[in-house]
Amino acid sequence: MSSSQTDAAVAQGQAITAIAQPPSPGEVLWDRLFRRCTFGIAVFTVLLTIYVVFSIGRVAMPAIHAYGWQFMSGKTWDANRAEYGILPAIAGTIYSSILGLIGGTVFGLAIAIFLSERFLSSGLESVLKFLGLAERSVWDTLPDRIENLLRTTIELLAAIPSVVYGLWGIFVVIPMVRPGANWMHEHLGWIPIFGTTLSGPGLLPAAVVLAIMVLPTISAISRDALVAVPPKIREAAFGIGATRWEAILAIFLPTAATGILGAILLGFGRALGETMALAMLAGNANVLSWSLFSPANTLAALLANHFPEAGTVEVGALMYAALVLLTITLIVNILGTLILQRADAELKGLR
Amino acid sequence: MKSGLILRTRSIWVSMAFFVLALAWGIFGSSSRMSAADVGEPITLQGTGATFPAPLYERWFAEYNKLHPNVQVNYQALGSGAGVKQFQQNLVDFGASDAAMTDEEMAAVKNGAVLLPMTAGSIVLAYNLPDGPAELKLSREAYVGIFLGKITQWDDPAIAKANPGAKLPAAKITVVTRSDGSGTTFVFTTHLTGISDAWKSGPGAGKSVNFPVGVAGKGNPGVTALIKQTPGAIGYVEYGYAKQTGMPMAILENKAGKFIKPDLESGQKALASVKLPENLRAWIPDPAGDSSYPIVTYSWLLCYKKYQNPKVANTLKALVQFGLDQGQSYSKDLGYIPLPTNVIADDKKALDLIS
Repeated sequence: MSSSQTDAAVAQGQAITAIAQPPSPGEVLWDRLFRRCTFGIAVFTVLLTIYVVFSIGRVAMPAIHAYGWQFMSGKTWDANRAEYGILPAIAGTIYSSILGLIGGTVFGLAIAIFLSERFLSSGLESVLKFLGLAERSVWDTLPDRIENLLRTTIELLAAIPSVVYGLWGIFVVIPMVRPGANWMHEHLGWIPIFGTTLSGPGLLPAAVVLAIMVLPTISAISRDALVAVPPKIREAAFGIGATRWEAILAIFLPTAATGILGAILLGFGRALGETMALAMLAGNANVLSWSLFSPANTLAALLANHFPEAGTVEVGALMYAALVLLTITLIVNILGTLILQRADAELKGLR
Repeated sequence: MKSGLILRTRSIWVSMAFFVLALAWGIFGSSSRMSAADVGEPITLQGTGATFPAPLYERWFAEYNKLHPNVQVNYQALGSGAGVKQFQQNLVDFGASDAAMTDEEMAAVKNGAVLLPMTAGSIVLAYNLPDGPAELKLSREAYVGIFLGKITQWDDPAIAKANPGAKLPAAKITVVTRSDGSGTTFVFTTHLTGISDAWKSGPGAGKSVNFPVGVAGKGNPGVTALIKQTPGAIGYVEYGYAKQTGMPMAILENKAGKFIKPDLESGQKALASVKLPENLRAWIPDPAGDSSYPIVTYSWLLCYKKYQNPKVANTLKALVQFGLDQGQSYSKDLGYIPLPTNVIADDKKALDLIS
């Protein structure tokens, strides 16, 4: 046995004892400190939320006492007469969000299926194969790249500021939908949803822009849900002879349904809270109407419009409106999160 | 998938690099400009208030800063209401408002308030009528009716009567109002309240009122955009704004029954018809005079009588002096009505109250 070998053995022994050593007091302290810190920050976040709700509630208290439930059913907002009611704003908020959500879901889900089922890349691959380029190293990554580019582009929609959406709505969407909307009113005016003319801002342009704004949320989360459908199910579906169409509609979508529903509810939450674009496009008129072309108001737009110039009483009423909005959004978000959690649990069972 | 990931990371890096470059450019670009002129002891004044005079005030402060590089003025155009509120709470060195403070509001100011009319403007009815006449005349009955929602068609007899021979389209009128509280709305609704009992007992006057009809846009830009994008629309905006954006403005009937075109001259005539009292406050719901434009207002600067720091008081006084002398010459370009000479003299007298 040479000396170098003994050295190595000794070194190995030391290494083993080093691993087996209990953590030093410093390490224990650091560990504890880190845990305390993260715990503290987490608690702080929760407290912050509670504090926000509390301080809004405190300012809103006089208005809650003064107006009570009447506040929800009142139809006018008149600072001059201290008469405050938010029924049109509540209705407008929910109506515009649902309309936007329908548009966002149809397109978002279509995009999610298109991307998750690799329609694009498989199509491109067959084209490349036909051209005899598929085996070249430069070309074989192309389908993936293009698919990623598409996905990133759609996700970029979420990065556009809502003021920009609002301006785009005023200068592009409104003139674009107006002729069609007024044609519908002329010919189908007896249907309540086409009951008024679209002069400029109104629910329809607001809903169109809202649909584009919630689209990235819905498509990204739905895609994740579809991708998470276990390969076993995927193969089994094709194994029993389902066509692609049947497999997607009858197997993949139902399997991912809870995830998709969660995506839709999260999109709903986003639509409810959207402020600037709606303040610019909905028309800010306290009107209750089924018509898609009628101007409307939303809670968030009401807050943004009236807050800067409000007096003490009006601020109270606005805070009350804020609480109502907060409650609606909270309910929708909690539902969304719960459904997403269930989706995860269900898929775990399948794996 | 992996190559895709790399691609995405790379594009993020590239965009971040652009961002950093842009940021660096902004920082160094501005710092080199700032270091070029630093003379005298720096002093910064804080002000908050009306959006209407903001372009003019900002021009004054920029010009004054060129002459006295040590004086910086931060003016935040948050609206008249915010201006009065922050002024009362002592958060600023001065405030600004299109609606003069009431006695009550002034009593709430601990250090005493001095109101100085610094500029004036008119409010016009801008419209969008593609097939309409080149000049649209609106009688008092007509424009009150439009904003009350009683007149809904452009070819209504009440409009046609004032425009004999003009071809008015059978189009729907879309009324555009301000969605946010504003001094502009205050001045406009004060005027309507002054000329119409139906308006007085209906929506009334205020910084934000419950308009019976129409859609609403945020701020002058919002209203302007809606009018421009909506055929058949009519709405109220400040004269300077309508002029800059090249919108047609209605010719309105004044108290004397004459139809007056909105411009600086008719605005000045309207101001001249009102004599300001000692405290320099005046609400002008309906100016008299044959050639007075009916909807005009002063815009006030709110100053404290007593300042803790005499340097702030002196700087502010010098700034007001500048605005009253040289500052008035910028009015025309920006669409404001230059102050009548007697008002300038009154303002200068009132400056002595500040210390």
